[in-house]
Amino acid sequence: MTEPVAPQEQGGFSGLGGFYERAGGVIVPIAAAAVAFLIGGLVVLITGHNPLTAYQAIFEGTGFNWPYRLLTGQDRSEAARDLQQTLVVATPLILTALAVAFAFRCGLFNIGGQGQYWLGFIGALLIGTHLHGLNRPMHVAVGILAGIVFGAFWGGIAGLLRATVGAHEVITTIMLNWIAIFGGQYLFELNGPLQGPIASLPRSEIIDDSAKLWSVWGDFQPLHAGIFIALAALVIYYVVLNRTTLGFEVRAVGFNPEAARYGGMPVRRSYFLALAISGGFAGLAGAVNVLGFKYSVDTSDFGSQVGFTGIAVALLGRNKAIGIFFASLLFAGLQTGTSTRQLDPDVFDPALATDLATMIQALVIFFVGAELLILYVWRARRYVGIRPRAREEPAL
Amino acid sequence: MSEASLLELKGIVKRFPGIVANDHVDFDLRRGEVHALLGENGAGKSTLMNVLYGLYHPDEGEIRVKGKAVSIHSPRDAIDLGIGMVHQHFMLIPVMTVAENIVLATEPTRAGILLDYDAAVARVEQIARTFKFVVDPRARVENIGVGQQQRVEILKALYRGADVLILDEPTAVLTPQEAKELFAILRTLTREGMSVVFISHKLNEVLGIADRITVLRRGKKIDTLPREGATSETLARLMVGREVLLRVEKKPAEPGEPLLRVAGLTVRDNRGLEAVRDVSFEVRTGEIVGLAGVDGNGQTELIDALTGLRKPAAGRIRVGDEDIAGANARHALDAGEGHIPEDRQLRGLVLEFSLAENLALHDYRHQPDSRFGWLFPRRLFNSARSLLREFDVRGGQPQTPASALSGGNQQKLVVAREVSRDPRVLVAAQPTRGLDVGAIEFVHQRLVEERDEGRAVLLVSLELDEILSLSDRILVIYEGRIVGEYGPDVSDEELGIAMTGGARKDAA
Repeated sequence: MTEPVAPQEQGGFSGLGGFYERAGGVIVPIAAAAVAFLIGGLVVLITGHNPLTAYQAIFEGTGFNWPYRLLTGQDRSEAARDLQQTLVVATPLILTALAVAFAFRCGLFNIGGQGQYWLGFIGALLIGTHLHGLNRPMHVAVGILAGIVFGAFWGGIAGLLRATVGAHEVITTIMLNWIAIFGGQYLFELNGPLQGPIASLPRSEIIDDSAKLWSVWGDFQPLHAGIFIALAALVIYYVVLNRTTLGFEVRAVGFNPEAARYGGMPVRRSYFLALAISGGFAGLAGAVNVLGFKYSVDTSDFGSQVGFTGIAVALLGRNKAIGIFFASLLFAGLQTGTSTRQLDPDVFDPALATDLATMIQALVIFFVGAELLILYVWRARRYVGIRPRAREEPAL
Repeated sequence: MSEASLLELKGIVKRFPGIVANDHVDFDLRRGEVHALLGENGAGKSTLMNVLYGLYHPDEGEIRVKGKAVSIHSPRDAIDLGIGMVHQHFMLIPVMTVAENIVLATEPTRAGILLDYDAAVARVEQIARTFKFVVDPRARVENIGVGQQQRVEILKALYRGADVLILDEPTAVLTPQEAKELFAILRTLTREGMSVVFISHKLNEVLGIADRITVLRRGKKIDTLPREGATSETLARLMVGREVLLRVEKKPAEPGEPLLRVAGLTVRDNRGLEAVRDVSFEVRTGEIVGLAGVDGNGQTELIDALTGLRKPAAGRIRVGDEDIAGANARHALDAGEGHIPEDRQLRGLVLEFSLAENLALHDYRHQPDSRFGWLFPRRLFNSARSLLREFDVRGGQPQTPASALSGGNQQKLVVAREVSRDPRVLVAAQPTRGLDVGAIEFVHQRLVEERDEGRAVLLVSLELDEILSLSDRILVIYEGRIVGEYGPDVSDEELGIAMTGGARKDAA
């Protein structure tokens, strides 16, 4: 053909949508967060406080002002402690978000991060408490590995059910969450099979020192090496998805399973592997938490929401490695910045602040989710009264 | 234009971000005529008619109906002006009856709460009589054929008082027989004083039905000409902007050994019914075998089975010496099959993937695309770049998402992938569906080249013209069975009769 391409062939909705997708990829999450903070500020105002000072106090509580203080040479010991705390919280969030994101790229919705987290936690805990006499790198490595394997096993169950009998992963992972939570409580409760040495405490043994992750920064509740594991996991996530044939298959299946099948890809195996790998990420979150700073588990710990917050982090981070990194910092910062320890009650009541943090989190998710809704409505509006014609025609 | 014009569009401009879909287009419609709007996909035909029907508001230009300037903001306004539009995909409610569907359209503006069903039926029957339609107002829409459904859509517009009918690619979903019936209906309508705008990119149809023809190309009106004196060649040149080969030029086939051998194949559809029944045939190297049939006679299931996407209930499928029946798609691919799928967007492409990734959809597992599970995106890009050039895929770079391409270029992308894998057997299902003449020419030439290089090509198509112009042998499938085999010079009448089961009268 010698004829130049008709201009229409490059435009239409797909072109516009493409632009929107590229710009929206960064703009929308940031805008969502901004609006959420704005509304949060209004609420603070209604409670009779100054939102600016409240936000400033929360911000200082996160320790994110540490680089500023470093540059200006001010006293930064408190900021350092706060930042250490925030990063310790962000570490498992990165990993549980990856557990959601990886499955999502395969078209699966893994709600089971919480259960997979507990499996990994318990797996690493057992290595820490029941395997003795290893040197420290080996003990840590085996503990980490156990966390991954246990988590992958839990995710793999849902994957196997999806691949073989087609049981929907949303249902199975939610059920597996409760099995993990109640099963875990049972193990460590009073007279439970794995209860620790203190008969009156529903708590596990404490892991050997040789199984503990190294501290890398600070003395009081220091930042542990788990942050490097989480950062490495972000890189691995990106590389596996974009640089391996497995990732190619996972993405193809996630976008269009029928085309993947046509392409000769093992679609059902991809479902299984994606959920198992997702479970591995969540299990790793459990492992770094127990080996990094928890060292043991109390039955009251099983109310943790870290797996569920991971869903929000993945959503805000748009299932991208870099997005998840920043989203996890935001969510971790909200958590530490509003904690009782960090926030001065005279500026803003920490009890209120915790609710504010929850509210802002919810608003962020709402707006990121609403963006999809807005896009959908906008798209649908163009078709009011007209059903999409032959799909190969640009919808002019 | 003249006083006789019922409706005039003057200088219509409609812009979308980055493009001008309609660039100062004039169009007029006279009472009692069929005016065809001809153009390639994306030429702006539908946009222009959507402007007229109130779905888009023009950026510039004027619409005059019966001499009065009007402004049409919604389909409601258009309907009030007597303009009705039948879209390619029908908007009928399957579980309701014909009469209910027709009446439903005007339901919102009527007072009463209860529907007077008998009155509705009577009214529908009366309109149907006036325009000599054969429909059963009490039949449920889900139980009637596509041709009938289209008639219901037309009746719906007439019921609302339309005297201008816009038909958007009305024959795309019809069999040749149904298309003939539609044309008879259109002639009756115009005799009764109705006017019809007939949107199409098929030359034969336009020449068969239109009184006048307006050709659009890239948003601009190229010409309006009467049917008398117009030929396929002139229209194709106006449409594409250059000379187009409408006839496929090919040498006589030199078939060799049987390469694809199908024996006693029975395939069930998704409901578990036998869609393909005891089918046997062979395709030899160096020949194109056309499989003709009306949509829904087992072609889809047959293609799925041949390409490893569906397990046959019985029978054998062999590529060379390898039995691939009941295997998976990968096995069929490895055995040397290429498959241009029926629906490129459903199956042929991952629209979110880049062009390079789509080109690697089968071979990503092998060198040089990957090694030991490690993918080399740069190599994907490089091989994509040369393939895009070789197959003249326009509108994107290797990293462009496939969704950004037009339908024709998407199809070329699929053809590029399947042909470049150097398959021994090529199963081409509807390879030119939705394409315009330029792209069709390309795909057809490519299929003939593949044949000449000694591949066995099975062409499955609903377009009789395509089957007739490409095939060296023609098989006809009807209700899951091969009911006839013909040489390349069979008449389309004969094929049409075989496709509809020989003695069956009503194709609808």
